[in-house]
Amino acid sequence: MTRQMTGAEMVVQALIDQGVDTVFGYPGGAVLPIYDAIFQQNNIKHVLVRHEQGAVHAAEGYARSTGKPGVCLVTSGPGATNAVTGLTDALLDSIPIIVLTGQVPTFMIGSDAFQEADTVGITRPCTKHNWLVKETAALSSVLHEAFHVATSGRPGPVLIDIPKDVQFASGTYNAPQPSTSHYQPTVKGDISSITELVEAMEKAERPLFYTGGGVINSGPAASQLLRELVAATNFPITSTLMGLGAYPASGENWLGMLGMHGLYEANMAMHGCDLMINIGARFDDRITGVISEFSPNSTKAHIDIDPSSINKVIRVDIPIVGDVGHVLEDLMKVWKSRGRKTNSAAVGNWWSQIKAWQTIECLKFTQQGKVIKPQYALSRLEALTKKHDRFITTEVGQHQMWAAQYLGFEDPNRWMTSGGLGTMGYGFPASIGVQMGHPESLVINVAGEASWLMNMQELGTAMQYNLPVKQFILNNERLGMVRQWQELLHGERYSSSWSESLPDFVKLAEAFGAKGILCSDPDDLDEAIMEMLNHDGPVLFDCLVEKHENCFPMIPSGKAHNEMLLGDADTQGAIDAKGSVLV
Amino acid sequence: MSDLNLKKGSSAKSAYNLRPNFSDIVERHTLAVMVENEPGVLARVIGLFAGRGYNIESLTVAEVDHEGKLSRITIVTTGTPQVIEQIKAQLGRIVTVHDVHDLTVEGPSVERELAMFKVAGDGEKRVEALRLADIFRANVVDSTLNSFVFEITGAPEKIDAFADLMRPLGLVEVARTGVAALSRGG
Ligand SMILES: Cc1ncc(C[n+]2csc(CCOP(=O)(O)OP(=O)(O)O)c2C)c(N)n1
Ligand SMILES: [Mg+2]
Repeated sequence: MTRQMTGAEMVVQALIDQGVDTVFGYPGGAVLPIYDAIFQQNNIKHVLVRHEQGAVHAAEGYARSTGKPGVCLVTSGPGATNAVTGLTDALLDSIPIIVLTGQVPTFMIGSDAFQEADTVGITRPCTKHNWLVKETAALSSVLHEAFHVATSGRPGPVLIDIPKDVQFASGTYNAPQPSTSHYQPTVKGDISSITELVEAMEKAERPLFYTGGGVINSGPAASQLLRELVAATNFPITSTLMGLGAYPASGENWLGMLGMHGLYEANMAMHGCDLMINIGARFDDRITGVISEFSPNSTKAHIDIDPSSINKVIRVDIPIVGDVGHVLEDLMKVWKSRGRKTNSAAVGNWWSQIKAWQTIECLKFTQQGKVIKPQYALSRLEALTKKHDRFITTEVGQHQMWAAQYLGFEDPNRWMTSGGLGTMGYGFPASIGVQMGHPESLVINVAGEASWLMNMQELGTAMQYNLPVKQFILNNERLGMVRQWQELLHGERYSSSWSESLPDFVKLAEAFGAKGILCSDPDDLDEAIMEMLNHDGPVLFDCLVEKHENCFPMIPSGKAHNEMLLGDADTQGAIDAKGSVLV
Repeated sequence: MSDLNLKKGSSAKSAYNLRPNFSDIVERHTLAVMVENEPGVLARVIGLFAGRGYNIESLTVAEVDHEGKLSRITIVTTGTPQVIEQIKAQLGRIVTVHDVHDLTVEGPSVERELAMFKVAGDGEKRVEALRLADIFRANVVDSTLNSFVFEITGAPEKIDAFADLMRPLGLVEVARTGVAALSRGG
């Protein structure tokens, strides 16, 4: 179907044709024609955020929780530069989003015009791809291609910069066609490599699945296949922060999250395994610890859709480039056709070893006295919301790690956290995006007080659209994670890691017309959480917690998986000069 | 920093660089990268090298297929085998990159570069410059009473050798195009 229309109308039409129902954005001079086109239709809902960073994180939250790409619309210059953090965040976590930016008219580009910025130049390193569209005739095909690029292969953020005269001018609109562009990433894995992995699985004595965000990005079918594979082989499974929920936390073979603040048994299993099967994870430095001592005795297989992930950090023995869902399907077929073999006696012994590690109970804590422990707050939140249709987002810091440790995720797309970039200020707008995608579900942002303040203006958005997002703030009046590192690495010199002059969060909530709840007594906690859950509207929950609690287990910088710190008693001199220079 | 006892070649900044498992031998590779001729494609390629800390020894670019809108970028780079592998994989990830060929490993290839040398001087030196230019099959493309501009084509090593010889004879300026390379055979 081809039709004549303006560039601005093409934008809206392309979004409709691509199945978009929600756009997060903020207007300005250079996108007014598109806002005008949005005004004159009813198919797409526009959510007016309060800052462009919020728009991008909201789109990320929407994308991660729905599996569909998220869309943002912002103006030129400051609108575009405000989107940069969100783009980088989406790039590092491989989240498909499409950001549309207005640009000064083509004839003014390069003249330092009002609100002109070199948007494609600024965002080239923080997008998967970007386009400056200089002719209306090219606009519809670029828009469709942008969706193709954002969602194919390793997903990621893309940006289209649209000068104002291109929005005004008329041209021919082309409806979406299957992409004919050169960009068509491989999804099927090489069968001989898959067979090699199956052979290794048949013989392995101490196998381990190490899974990541790639499983979730691959779609629900990949998580389903993963569950079948784990059940059929009885191999233990751990996951990165990004991959939580692909395998259920209540599953029998679940070891919990691994990595810097991962569980003891998961990290010990990584260190001691003889076959590591990496599925859609990328050997991030938060996972590996010191590389020279990373899982020294294992054969390593790596399934990843991005060839550049292979051998980037860790040299692997069996690389398989392909989409997780496709590869797991073939893997299952090959494994079944060869008689479903595993070395079950040896795997049984491996499990005995793992069970012994589990008796350490590395997440155990005792709630005593009149101060709420953050771990206790999250355990109660977990207990009281477990049965709900629940989505969790987080900010960045200790609370984020505790949320990963103490909340259980039974399904994919239920856990949205800034993993790669570690962006404070992510969680609140992300929760808004999630709630837009799931109006009837319970959406909770587990926050630190400092992170939450970074995008607090979005309370206005939550109120305007009646989004009942719950902001569960673990308020330790500290930049807790920074304070922890200063305690361990910088001689307890707490340089600027206090949250001073904090607002009264209850009054702050009320100033926006939202509900505020303050809780400081462990005995009141359950009731306060229930009050939060029962309130139909946004809630700011100020949970005053222990100020100096540290997050454990912890693999200190420069150490190996088997050198974890389990509690404060282990921290004396734990990090040497070499470790303290690592980020 | 010395007391940190970091491995040679690693930086103190990030754990990524502590890679004792990988070979330390630095190799020189010539890559031919076929790209869509869109505005910004060169910036993407150069930005990749700058952003990830890879070396560029030489880079040439020109459209080679007008109808298909394809340009060929020839990059000479250096790095350990693992870094070279990463460079190729990272280049391959750029959406508008069609193919990446490592001419150094994909069978024999030929490399050529064009250079111009301005040499100023008189008397014996001027005669000697002309004599050497002849041996190297360099052409004189401009001459004044006290200067020549030579044009020379060849493998980069030949051009280096010519530069070494011209330096004592009054070399004032050099312009080099960078390497263009093709694989041999059909
Ligand atoms: C935008 C941004 N700036 C700085 C940091 C560095 N940083 C990491 S955690 C942290 C403290 C977070 O404090 P809070 O949100 O209160 O969480 P807590 O650790 O206390 O739970 C800081 C400053 C970051 N991750 N992101
Ligand atoms: Mg805090």
